Amino acid sequence: MTMMSGAQMLVRTLEDLGVEHLFGYPGGAVLDIFDALLQSRQIERVICRHEQGAAHMADGYARVSGRVGCCLVTSGPGATNTVTAIATAYMDSIPMVVITGQVGTPLIGSDAFQEVDTVGITRPIVKHSYLCQNALDIPKFIREAFYLAASGRPGPVVVDVPKDCVNPKNLFEYPPMTEVRMRSYNPTRLGHRGQVRRAAKLLADAKHPVVLIGGGVVLSGAAKKVRTLVEKFNLPITSTLMGLGAFPGTDRHFLGMLGMHGTYEANEAMDKSDLVFAVGVRFDDRITNTVSKFCPAAKIIHIDVDPASISKTVMADLPIVGDADAVLGQFFDAIEEQNLTCNTAAMDEWWTQIEKWRAVKCLSYKTNDELIKPQQVIEAVYKATGGKAVIATDVGQHQMFTALYYPFDEPRKFLTSGGLGTMGYGFPAAIGAKVAAPDACVCLITGDGSFQMNIQELSTCLEFNVPVKIFILDNHTLGMVRQWQTMFYGGRISSTNLNYNPDFVAVAKAYGHEGIFVEKPSELEAAVEKALSMKDKLVIVDILCDTNEKVLPMQQFGGAMGDMFLAD
Amino acid sequence: MRHIVSILSENQNGALSRVVGLFSQRGYNIETITAGPTEDPSISRITIVTDSDGVEIERITKQIHKLINVVKVSILDENEDGAVEREILFIKVQAMTRQVRDELKSLCDIFKAQIVDVTPELYILQYVSTTAEVNRFLQVVSELADVIETVRSGVCGIARGEHALHV
Repeated sequence: MTMMSGAQMLVRTLEDLGVEHLFGYPGGAVLDIFDALLQSRQIERVICRHEQGAAHMADGYARVSGRVGCCLVTSGPGATNTVTAIATAYMDSIPMVVITGQVGTPLIGSDAFQEVDTVGITRPIVKHSYLCQNALDIPKFIREAFYLAASGRPGPVVVDVPKDCVNPKNLFEYPPMTEVRMRSYNPTRLGHRGQVRRAAKLLADAKHPVVLIGGGVVLSGAAKKVRTLVEKFNLPITSTLMGLGAFPGTDRHFLGMLGMHGTYEANEAMDKSDLVFAVGVRFDDRITNTVSKFCPAAKIIHIDVDPASISKTVMADLPIVGDADAVLGQFFDAIEEQNLTCNTAAMDEWWTQIEKWRAVKCLSYKTNDELIKPQQVIEAVYKATGGKAVIATDVGQHQMFTALYYPFDEPRKFLTSGGLGTMGYGFPAAIGAKVAAPDACVCLITGDGSFQMNIQELSTCLEFNVPVKIFILDNHTLGMVRQWQTMFYGGRISSTNLNYNPDFVAVAKAYGHEGIFVEKPSELEAAVEKALSMKDKLVIVDILCDTNEKVLPMQQFGGAMGDMFLAD
Repeated sequence: MRHIVSILSENQNGALSRVVGLFSQRGYNIETITAGPTEDPSISRITIVTDSDGVEIERITKQIHKLINVVKVSILDENEDGAVEREILFIKVQAMTRQVRDELKSLCDIFKAQIVDVTPELYILQYVSTTAEVNRFLQVVSELADVIETVRSGVCGIARGEHALHV
């Protein structure tokens, strides 16, 4: 029988759950936990410079590895600093456990030093949360937290640990690991058989079907089955931002991303489709444009593990609740049972139409010898990395350019804040990704606005040797907001100029890293290659880009899927 | 349309606040809410009356069910055998004159309400019925006497027939 303190039980529980990396930041309420961590040979600590960074790192770690990311911060400001990152993970359904320190239980409610109602503040942005009342709650709640975070529709779980629960003087018998069971939580895995049969028949009979995939396909590991289905029925397929990579971006069936900045062919195909086969998506407003005009001729088959996502915005004609991978497995059975085959004639005709939309070449853009176009940067990074890199982005124009010009062929390669749209997400997420996959080439594509929102983590990268490559699309403006000001606010530029940026190359050097500045299109490719060749170094490539370039196509407000502004 | 949502939840820290928070977070309305223990001490029962159309009530049900603490959710008024619902009203009224007192007394007899506290100047009336009946009683009383204070318990309800909400 091993007697342990609450802090030791916390560390031991994380070890038993297989945690190898813990992101975090110390503080008063978690002193005992950090002290106990000194004894762990399994858990490597990665200490951020701001708690938001730690939580985004855990998020990036989870997205790349598919495992639960975990971070540990102190009470009060430590906890509130993670709020944006928790909300980011919640919106994108990322499995993450955030352990927060709390003041001792006798002090709770007294407005004690560094006290905040963490469970209350995070309530609307977590899958679930726990406040430990005693030391033996710690192993129980952390085990449940990991189970909840990873199962069903994944999401962040907060475990708030008061300081007296981890007091090293109080020892307890460590409870052995057992399977977590919760009577109030039983996520559905398999879909309704009858519904699956009906859906399979609808899919085979459709004349203008489109497959629509989202982050759920990545999360459930259904990429292979999606591919098999698409190939079997010769289906056109599009993806949300979160689903990119779940189907090979270079495959001829792939129409590109859909939605507000989706491709012409993807949005047109959706608009004219007679069947939308949606897997692991939630039809948010950046996808549907005007809901009442969304895919007017289409029946909607909607497969999702979260019943609350079905018919939330777009009404599903045929809902199937279940895990994407499991349900698609059932589809193959249903297809076989009913001897369903590809309707070749109808699909040939449909593809002929789609190829006409594709021929518009909506992503073409003009280059010149003077100014680097942001699209050029993405294409240069794509070329130099062979399309194989893990790419994290922040939020704004550079994010959309990456989604459109870097075709991902595998899932878990593209890390971006899709739902919440968190500027400052990309850099710490890239750090988490590199920690999870040290042999992978991890790049951050960011903007001069976004990068400055978590720039302090440059120090973390030096301390823990995390050589990510950072490409700043530096246009001296908040590009996406400026684009809207230009297009919809009569060109009035309000507060979006960034004329007081630091010298990013000097910043890199000040933090002990490498920096390269590029402003000529002719020097771009060489600079990107040079940065990537410095394998063991973090390199910032500060790339001066055309301030006036816009992300196009762009859907018109109040319109249908196919109503878009196109480039000249 | 008015709906009565019955929820069985684990009797845990913060479970009620999660349910209430969900309603405000998603812009659903709460007309009344009551919560209390059940025959199983590990389970609490929450009853919420909400005014929502058909699509919205389905969304509400799904969102509540998604809360990890929640074991079961049911829309009582959708039960095919119907449901019994009651709320309690306490009303403190001025009853200074003989005439008002007599009228209040006979009103209570008609409605099967009770006078539960008496002072030389005040009556406290107690009335248990459906929301519609409580509203009517309140209306009649306020026409008869000066109302000092009212308090309503909110609705609690139970399905008729064999349908039962338990773990």
